[in-house]
Amino acid sequence: MEHKLIVSPSPHVHSGDTIQKNMYNVLIALIPAFLVALYVFRLDALIITASSVLFCVGFEFLIVKYILKKTPTLSDGSAIITGVLLAFNVPSNLPVWILALGCLFAIGVVKLSFGGLGNNIFNPAIAGRIFLLISFPAQMTTWPAAFPAAGTTDAVSSATVLGTLKFAPEALPSLQSMLLGTEGGSLGEMSALALMLGLVYLLWKKTITWHIPVSILATVAFFTGILYLFNPLPLYHPLIHLFSGGLMLGAVFMATDYVTSPMTKKGMLIYGAGIGFVTMAIRLWGAYPEGVSFAILLMNALTPLINNYTSPKRFGEVVKNG
Amino acid sequence: MSVLLTAVATLGVIGAGSAAILYMVGQRFKVEEDPRIQEVQDSLPAANCGGCGFPGCASFASACVKAESMDDLFCPVGGQNTMDKVAAILGRKAPVAAKKIAVVRCNGTCDNRPRLNLYDGASNCTIASALYGGDTGCSFGCLGLGDCVDSCTFDAIHINPVTMLPEVVEDRCTACGACVKACPKDIIELRKQGPKSRRIYVSCVNKDKGGVAKKSCDVACIGCTKCQQVCPFEAITIENNLAFIDDDKCRLCRKCVPVCPTNSILELNFPTRKETPPAPKEEEATVTA
Amino acid sequence: MLKTFRIGGIHPKEKKISAGEATQSIAIPDQVIIPLSQHIGAPCQPVVKKGDPVKVGTLIGKSVGFVSANIHSPVSGTVLKIDKALDASGYKRDAVFIKVEGDEWEESIDRSPELRKVCDLPASEILHKIAAAGIVGMGGATFPTHVKLTPPPEAKAEILIINGVECEPWLTSDHRLMMEKADEILVGTTIVMKALNVQKAIIGIENNKQDAIKLFSQKTNGYPRIEVQPLKVQYPQGGEKQLIDAITGRQVSSGALPISVGAVVQNVGTVFAIYEAVQKNKPLIERVVTVTGKEVKQPCNILSRIGVPLSNLIDMAGGMPETTGKVVSGGPMMGKALASTDIPVTKGTSGILIIPTLEAKRKAMKDCIRCAKCIGVCPMGLNPTLLMNLTEYEVWDRAEKNHITDCIECGSCSYTCPADRPLLDYIRLGKGKVNGIIRARKN
Repeated sequence: MEHKLIVSPSPHVHSGDTIQKNMYNVLIALIPAFLVALYVFRLDALIITASSVLFCVGFEFLIVKYILKKTPTLSDGSAIITGVLLAFNVPSNLPVWILALGCLFAIGVVKLSFGGLGNNIFNPAIAGRIFLLISFPAQMTTWPAAFPAAGTTDAVSSATVLGTLKFAPEALPSLQSMLLGTEGGSLGEMSALALMLGLVYLLWKKTITWHIPVSILATVAFFTGILYLFNPLPLYHPLIHLFSGGLMLGAVFMATDYVTSPMTKKGMLIYGAGIGFVTMAIRLWGAYPEGVSFAILLMNALTPLINNYTSPKRFGEVVKNG
Repeated sequence: MSVLLTAVATLGVIGAGSAAILYMVGQRFKVEEDPRIQEVQDSLPAANCGGCGFPGCASFASACVKAESMDDLFCPVGGQNTMDKVAAILGRKAPVAAKKIAVVRCNGTCDNRPRLNLYDGASNCTIASALYGGDTGCSFGCLGLGDCVDSCTFDAIHINPVTMLPEVVEDRCTACGACVKACPKDIIELRKQGPKSRRIYVSCVNKDKGGVAKKSCDVACIGCTKCQQVCPFEAITIENNLAFIDDDKCRLCRKCVPVCPTNSILELNFPTRKETPPAPKEEEATVTA
Repeated sequence: MLKTFRIGGIHPKEKKISAGEATQSIAIPDQVIIPLSQHIGAPCQPVVKKGDPVKVGTLIGKSVGFVSANIHSPVSGTVLKIDKALDASGYKRDAVFIKVEGDEWEESIDRSPELRKVCDLPASEILHKIAAAGIVGMGGATFPTHVKLTPPPEAKAEILIINGVECEPWLTSDHRLMMEKADEILVGTTIVMKALNVQKAIIGIENNKQDAIKLFSQKTNGYPRIEVQPLKVQYPQGGEKQLIDAITGRQVSSGALPISVGAVVQNVGTVFAIYEAVQKNKPLIERVVTVTGKEVKQPCNILSRIGVPLSNLIDMAGGMPETTGKVVSGGPMMGKALASTDIPVTKGTSGILIIPTLEAKRKAMKDCIRCAKCIGVCPMGLNPTLLMNLTEYEVWDRAEKNHITDCIECGSCSYTCPADRPLLDYIRLGKGKVNGIIRARKN
């Protein structure tokens, strides 16, 4: 036999889709938000994002190689995403050493101790953010003003829209500035518009489906809409809630993390509605002005349960024949 | 102070009440179990491997207690010692069973059996064998993808990376039979371990006609009947072009080994022969290692 | 909006490069090997022995049992032996070896090219002729056709669906047959309608075969009860249940037969074979085979007798390319990779696809990232990644509860998986085990 044929079960072709491609699509979708952050926070945005990515990738490499003693699989891009998302969730003047701790927690504890990409229960970036928020509440909730004057990067601290809404509702900024991202806040959650651009890209590339982001945003809109009808206070204004804080970032990029979100369409809708509901509950009645991270973390924990109790719509199951 | 007392009193009453209820329920729904079942179970190895044919050690224990005689009951992991203990507990006598061991009846190493194609599916023998005959001309032989290795709870069988065949670690093998069930080609067999681990067996399961079998593998049994003719104890039968040595009848005389034209009969752990020793077989060395 | 099925589905690159190539005949070699198992069901009992003379169309294998199909000699000559031979299953199985001498046909076969439109046989006689001719599903499943056309007495067929979808990439044999034998296919359709006593037939053709849609739209003017339905290109639309859903909007429920929604599906190739069997007394002894692939010099469609070695067909297409890594019998999604090209064409050989080594190897499997893309594409609405895990850990009761037996093995899940997991490999294994458990429970 001059030539050995390859034998395998069908199918014999593959779509060419890879984990990398999906991860890099997410990174591309994050570019508009990053540009806004660069524009608003200048050099700080670059420093925080770059060092966060560097820490995450570095910790992943070191832990996988020297503690787990396996071949590091950095090329899948998931550590980069964790780094970017974590950076997007912190104030731009956060000391780098605090950021490093967050990265270590996100990668080492939340991701790798569960077995790495695909096996973690919680979204590493979300868990890393909450870890920082609880450990360093002061640093994590003091945001620098947008457009710092040159040379005075660590100057004034300003409140976020949600903080203002909750504690001083008379000083609300305009909706337009929230949409464009010229109000203070964490690095990546500035501009709802830029984040929505990312959402459109991800939907176009079929990296994610509409179910999770839409169900989160719809729940928030519905929830506040009803309250606003009865009591038209700015605190209940649906658009303010949709476009402010981490909601858009969470709905588009954090809640849609493959590994920690449900797999069936039905499950995704339940999960999204749950996140929307918990977020609003915390925002309106909780001690924190913002609750997206906690909501996502909570629903992450419920994901295996949701997966267990929802199954995809089977062929010939529901459809009425006729 | 009164708050404290109230709390203590309340909890005390609840506790006492619950205890009473628990006691009554316990008495009411008590299950009478033969105490010997627990005793037997304690003497078992607790491997829960299912090698005895029962779902676990507990069910084997209750089967032992209920059974009339011990004839069909044997714990392959614990072996004779354990069965003697069990028999003693039950006041019976355990029949003497010879210790068995898993034997891989394929010697189709990469040298003996050239590879004709490359398998590129999931690394699982059952999947591969459902797909086609295998990556050699022999559709009966070992696929080398390790279903037996996955099935073994005792780490007693491994694929040799050179030969791509599984090898049994004698000390660890408990003859539980998991690998026998896992192998989709029915290559692995439980045979008597033999005195000093000496065994003779036909290391082939190819049922093709002699010429076809030989063409695909140098050490295939071609069903030539030479071994059958030379065997003084009628221990060898030939069916479907394949010889089989009955380990109940075989007396380990080794006469069949040198007459086999394809060297498909293997002898293990014997001292080297004085007159015209056969070519040393590397498999012997590796299997016993 | 073109019609298509409603759950899942993928759209692999079509690559139908041989679509424009007219069908050509291949020379009969000196010796042919006719496997006695070319269909789903019990293998045939040989009715010839060594030294027997046979003509083209002589019965050589008789069907045994209900689900089985006759096999006829595709050549004239002498029976050399009945022995084991490697076939597409990858195992050596019983086959009849025939030495070819001349090309003499049985007298009963009408070899004239004229179209015989009128069929005045009763339904039972039609079914009898189909069974005698050994016709099986030509789309690849090779299920005996007379069994499929004999619905259980309580069921009533309402509609006949002719499958001209050919959703597998690369393959064009059905397409060519439709272009070249449209009249015969339409007559065959009327015959099947008569056998089933249905008043309506719809021919489903995917939208990438515009010429065939046009041709059949014209031709069906003469047949008021036959319609053409263009369909959106979507894999696996050629699956029976998917096609019924696409055309009628009815979904066959789990474990049920298509007849439960009043539909019967037949492939165009099968319908053509039925025409030949009923009107010309010609048993199933030849079929159209596409030989194609990225590096194949002359991709083509070949009308080949059963039993011709695949290597002859490959030679006719310009020989086996140097870069060949994999030879697949059938399409890239559901075809069977072959360990050797020295196996014969059988009734179910729809194509030979030659894949270069670089594209043939699978990539290493990674951990599941739970992206749920496999769930999104599964046309049966199953959860492939869950089923794979359940199979790996042998949790058969849960696999059964999650309907592993509904899987049609279309391969969309493995095709899509970004982590290169062999989902279908495991699901197929689990499906077999669970089916075995269900059978054992019934007995």
